[in-house]
Amino acid sequence: MTLSARLEQTAPIPLAAEIACASGELLALVGPSGSGKSTILRCLAGLHRPAAGHVRCADETWFDAARGIDVPPQQRRVGFVFQHYALFPHLSALANVVQAIGHLPPAQRAARARHWLARCNLDGFDDRRPAELSGGQQQRVALARALAREPQVLLLDEPFSAVDQVTRRKLLRQLIDLRRSLAIPIVLVTHDLEEASLLADRMTVLHHGRTLQTATPEAMLAQPASALVARLTDQPNLFEGKVLQHLPAADTTRIEWLGRPLLASHQPAFAVGETVSWLVPEAAVILVREHQSERENTVTAVVSERLAWRGHATVSARVDGRREATLNFAIGAAVAQRRGIVPGASVPLQLQKSAIRLLPGDVAIAGQAGTSGKGHSP
Amino acid sequence: MDWQALSLSLQLAAATSLLLLPPAAWLARLLAWSAWRGRAVLEAAILLPLVLPPTVLGYYLLLGLGGASPLGQAYHALTGRQLVFSFDGLLVASLIVNLPFAVQPMQRSFAAIPRELREAAWVSGLSRWQTFLRIELPLAWPGMAAALALSFAHTLGEFGVVLMVGGSLPGETRTIAIAIYDQAQAFNDAAAAGMSALLLALSFVAVIVVSRLGRSVLRR
Repeated sequence: MTLSARLEQTAPIPLAAEIACASGELLALVGPSGSGKSTILRCLAGLHRPAAGHVRCADETWFDAARGIDVPPQQRRVGFVFQHYALFPHLSALANVVQAIGHLPPAQRAARARHWLARCNLDGFDDRRPAELSGGQQQRVALARALAREPQVLLLDEPFSAVDQVTRRKLLRQLIDLRRSLAIPIVLVTHDLEEASLLADRMTVLHHGRTLQTATPEAMLAQPASALVARLTDQPNLFEGKVLQHLPAADTTRIEWLGRPLLASHQPAFAVGETVSWLVPEAAVILVREHQSERENTVTAVVSERLAWRGHATVSARVDGRREATLNFAIGAAVAQRRGIVPGASVPLQLQKSAIRLLPGDVAIAGQAGTSGKGHSP
Repeated sequence: MDWQALSLSLQLAAATSLLLLPPAAWLARLLAWSAWRGRAVLEAAILLPLVLPPTVLGYYLLLGLGGASPLGQAYHALTGRQLVFSFDGLLVASLIVNLPFAVQPMQRSFAAIPRELREAAWVSGLSRWQTFLRIELPLAWPGMAAALALSFAHTLGEFGVVLMVGGSLPGETRTIAIAIYDQAQAFNDAAAAGMSALLLALSFVAVIVVSRLGRSVLRR
């Protein structure tokens, strides 16, 4: 049971999106506000009709603009958890869930609704109205209602955005447990990359309604398709440089950054002289000792900021005092204390050659909308 | 006390508020949820009876329902009677005059139902009709009750339009408001005072009901 969709429109929000999600897979749609994430979900559910494209689930066509097919939401068998849950305020938790069980005979509905409430850890809350439930409990009622429909697809629209941090962690854990038993495609809309990384098998990055890249969370962070994707996935160490030389024998491409040569692994797709974006993951920025400052790819930077949280310190340090050349890295808070990593301190940082990745320059990415991974070609 | 006039007024008020409810609910939903060209014009047209002098409104209704009008002729062909200066004509006029009193409170309570709730009902598999009965109606009932109370009270008190369209035929078109006018004109102060006090009390109760319902909409 695979869900696949191609959605196109120019107004009210431009869309040129292509997504695919297999049974048992959780696909996260990430991107800034207004990037069309929620609109895509609404198109899948039949709550919004795009100008062109299709939505298919297993062997059913739910929407096909060319063939004039548009199955109404009532007949799509979609479980939808709305951002603010959209629970029926005049009905109890149980009655809310019962509404979604129209496919069973009336006599069986209450029992089935109790089953789903229990699955979502809500035993004993049957008679409570939504206003008498906490935010986390409301979210679980919404999830129970979505699942009670026995849907072919589960759609989650920012389901954790309306609860506090502590509740969010609890709900995330519950969803991770629950989804193991669900053999249907699950599409999660979120602007929270941490949430996406924790939950998703693959994630799709969106920008202005376009799907830019689809990949596993790890691959997305290690190998973004473009500087734009890197920026949208909040990669901190993204810079501009120029290709100097390819040395295939040494598995090296030399680039120039702020007048310094840097070594990256051999990436022949970029021509000598080309201006490129390049990035180095936070984990590949290594704080080295003073006497190691002659190592390859080592630069001296001045600490501009140190933020500590639960034993970890996130450090920003500027090269040549330039704001646009700020390297970010994480170390243990104790190490930061011992090494005297405070604003103003000068530190030698080594950028791991093998982790440096070159990306097309920013100009080139404006018109690019490539997708990788599963999906149909237009 | 003119009991005949009171009974006629109560019949007219009950018929008006009940008959008006379904079409006004339909209009209220349309205005609350859909955006289309011409919506503002329709909204203004519905509000018109609030600001027009009752005599002006009554004059046009007299024209629209009179023996020369298509509606008046059709009614005559069906029943052999005239629409103006009859209870039926009064009822038609009353339905039109009360449109804003019925539509406005319902429009507000339908507009207070988030769109997501209806969408949640649809994706849960509820048909549009089931969504109306199980979700919209229970949530919008305070607005509906307010619409009933307002149009009932307003019909009891309507004077100018009634006089223009119905005149003052005892048992047919003489409502309590007209009876008060007649008694006051005849210097029959005791009768006018009694009936006025009754209308005052009924209107006061209606306003209290409406404001209580309004608060219960806000609380939700």
